[in-house]
Amino acid sequence: MTAAGDVDTHHTDVLVIGGGPAATWAAIAATEAGSRVTLVDKGYCGTSGATAAGGNNLWLIPPGRRRDESLREREAAAGGLTDAEWMARVLSTSWDRIDQLAGWGYPFPVGDDGRQLRISLQGPEYMRRMRRKAHRSGVRILDHHPATALTTDDEGIVNGATGIARQDGARPWRIGAGAVVLATGGTAFLSGSFGTNVDTGDGYLMAAEVGAHLSGMEFCTAYALAPEWGVHTKGRMLQWASFYDEHGRPLPTQLGLAGRKDAQRALVRGQRVFARLDRAPEHIRQIMRDAQPNYFLPLDKAGIDPFVTAYPLRMVYEGSVRGTGGLRLTGSDCATTVPGLFAAGDAATRELITGSISGGGSHNGSWAIASGSFAGRGAAEYSRRRVAGPVVAPHRVGLRPGPRDAPTVDEVVRAAQDHILPPQRSHLKSGDRLTESAAALEKLWRDIADGLARVPARDAYKPRQAIALVAAARWITAASLARTETRGIHRREDLPDVDHRLTHRLLVGGLDAVWTAADSVLPQLISSEAVA
Amino acid sequence: MIEIVSATACIACDVCIKVCPTDVFDRGADGIPVIARQSDCQTCFMCEAYCPVDALYVSPVSAPAGPDNPHTDEDAVAGHGLLGGYREMVGWGRGRTSGALKDRNPLLKAVPPLPESRLPAPAPLATTPWNHRSD
Repeated sequence: MTAAGDVDTHHTDVLVIGGGPAATWAAIAATEAGSRVTLVDKGYCGTSGATAAGGNNLWLIPPGRRRDESLREREAAAGGLTDAEWMARVLSTSWDRIDQLAGWGYPFPVGDDGRQLRISLQGPEYMRRMRRKAHRSGVRILDHHPATALTTDDEGIVNGATGIARQDGARPWRIGAGAVVLATGGTAFLSGSFGTNVDTGDGYLMAAEVGAHLSGMEFCTAYALAPEWGVHTKGRMLQWASFYDEHGRPLPTQLGLAGRKDAQRALVRGQRVFARLDRAPEHIRQIMRDAQPNYFLPLDKAGIDPFVTAYPLRMVYEGSVRGTGGLRLTGSDCATTVPGLFAAGDAATRELITGSISGGGSHNGSWAIASGSFAGRGAAEYSRRRVAGPVVAPHRVGLRPGPRDAPTVDEVVRAAQDHILPPQRSHLKSGDRLTESAAALEKLWRDIADGLARVPARDAYKPRQAIALVAAARWITAASLARTETRGIHRREDLPDVDHRLTHRLLVGGLDAVWTAADSVLPQLISSEAVA
Repeated sequence: MIEIVSATACIACDVCIKVCPTDVFDRGADGIPVIARQSDCQTCFMCEAYCPVDALYVSPVSAPAGPDNPHTDEDAVAGHGLLGGYREMVGWGRGRTSGALKDRNPLLKAVPPLPESRLPAPAPLATTPWNHRSD
C-alpha cells in the first residue's frame, strides 16, 4: 500500500464489497478471468452474513426434464414477475459451481446409493471453504474493512470505494478499481434475524448515491419464526410441529410448512404461540438434528427438548434477505444501471428467479452462487476495457459528524425500524399506515441530512448503516404504496386482490426525492398459463 | 448474546477477535479478549465454532441476560455441558468429522409430518430461556 495523506490507497482490477457466498463466488470468478481482486468485508469473510450463520439449501436440479419442471413450478408460484432465461442460467450455473465446490473438497454427505447429496450446505463449513478457495485463488481479503462510499470518475463511472479499517485504528482507506461488485447482502434492519446484523443495506445506499435503481423493494416483507427470546430463524423443522396457545391447548393450523403461516397469523393478532415437534416420527429425529444443528443448538442451551416441550415463538423480520428486492440488474453480467458497478447475491433483486415470493430456503442460495459468478466475470471483463480515471471525492450524508444536536445512531435506527419491523407495517400493509410511514420517514430523512451525532472512530461506519436503513425504509414504503394490489408476500389489507395491470416489476430510487416507475423490461415467462 | 469468556480456558489466540462478524471483542491487557461491544453481538455462535478451546459461551437470548441469570454464570453453563456444543456439532477440532458429512437433509423431504400429534395436550410449556434442572 502507498500512503496518500493519511489515507491508505491501493489499486486493483476488481473490488468486491462483501464477504458472504455471492462475494466469494464473485471474487473467485474474477480471478478465473485473470483479474487482480481485492475483497473488503465489513465483518470477517467466512462468518459474515446469513449463510455462514444459518447455512442454506440450494435450488439444484439436474439438467433435463426435472429442471424444466422445477422452472415452470417456480414461475407459476412467483406471481408472473420472473424471467425464464435468468432462471435457466441460474439453475445451470449453480449446478456446475456446486460440482466445483465438491471438487475443492466440501464434504457433501453420501446417500444410500453411494452418490453425494448436494442440496444442502452447512454454513460455517461452506463459508470457511469459500474463504480458503478465494485466498488460494489470489484474492486479497481485507476483513473488518467496512466500505462507506463508492467513488466515481468525472463521467460518473464507478472506480472504487472508500472505507475504514475498524480493527486497525479506524484508519481510512481508498481502493481504486476498474470495476466494483457489490455483494453487501440485503437488509434485515438490524432485527437480529440469524446472522443478518451485518446486512444493513449498505450496498443499496452506496449504489443509489451514484444513481443506481432498485427493484422489488415492496417484497422486502419476509418474517420467520424464532424462539420468543431469540433470533434463530430456522423455520424448516417446524413442518413437524404442532402449535399451542398459552395454556398448551392445540391451535388449529394447516399440516406441514403451511402451519407456520397460521402461527404467524395468530402472532400478528397478538396471541402467544408455542411450538412442539410432536409430529416428527421417531426415526427422523437424529436426521433432523444433523441436518439443522443450529435450529437445535439454541434450544439445547435453553434446556428445551422441542420434541417433548412446547416453546414460545415470535416473528422476526428478515427483510430483503429472505424477501426479494434489491439493485436492478440491466445485463446478464449482473451490471447495474451505473457503469462500472455490478451487483450479486441479496444486494441484487431476486425477482428474476423468485418473483413476488420469498427466495428463502434454496433459491437465494443458488442465486448467490450464480449471480456472484456472473458479476465477477462481468466486472473482470469491464475492468479490462477501462483506463482508470481521476477520483471524484464523494460527499455523502453521514460521512462526517453532524451538528451538536444531531440525532444519535441508535435514535435513527430505532426510528427507521418503527416503520418496518412491526408485522402490522410489513407483514400486513395498509394504504393509511404506509402514507403515515412515508411522511414520518420523509421528515426523518431531512433531520439526518446534516449528519448524525459523533461516534467513536472505530464506529465511523455506523452512521452510514443508520442512513442506509432510513433510505431503504423510504424505498420500501414508496414501492409498497405504488403496488396498489396484493401479490406474493406484498399484502395490502386495503387492496387484497391481484391487479393484472401490475404484472410488471416496479423500480424505485432517489435519495432526496424518491421515485417509482414500472420497469420497461417485462417479465419473460415460458408458460402462458402462469400469466394470470 | 456473548456472555462468557472463560479466563481459565482461554489461550489468548485472538481468533474470536478476528472472526466475530460484528467486532464485539477487544484484546485485554492480559491477552484475554474482553466483551467490549456486547450490544453489537448478533447471537450467531460463530465465535464458539471457531474457538479452539471452547472458552466462549453465547447464550441463546438476544439481549444481555443480566448478572443473576444462569446464562452468565460460567459454573452453571459448564455444569450443564453447554460449552463447546456448536463446535462439536459443526465437527471442527481434532479427531472430529465435519458435521456437513452427517447432513442427510434430502432424506427429510420424503417424510411428511404425522397427521396428529403423538403426545397428549395440553402440552407442557417452556416459558423462559433456562429450563435446565438444578440437581
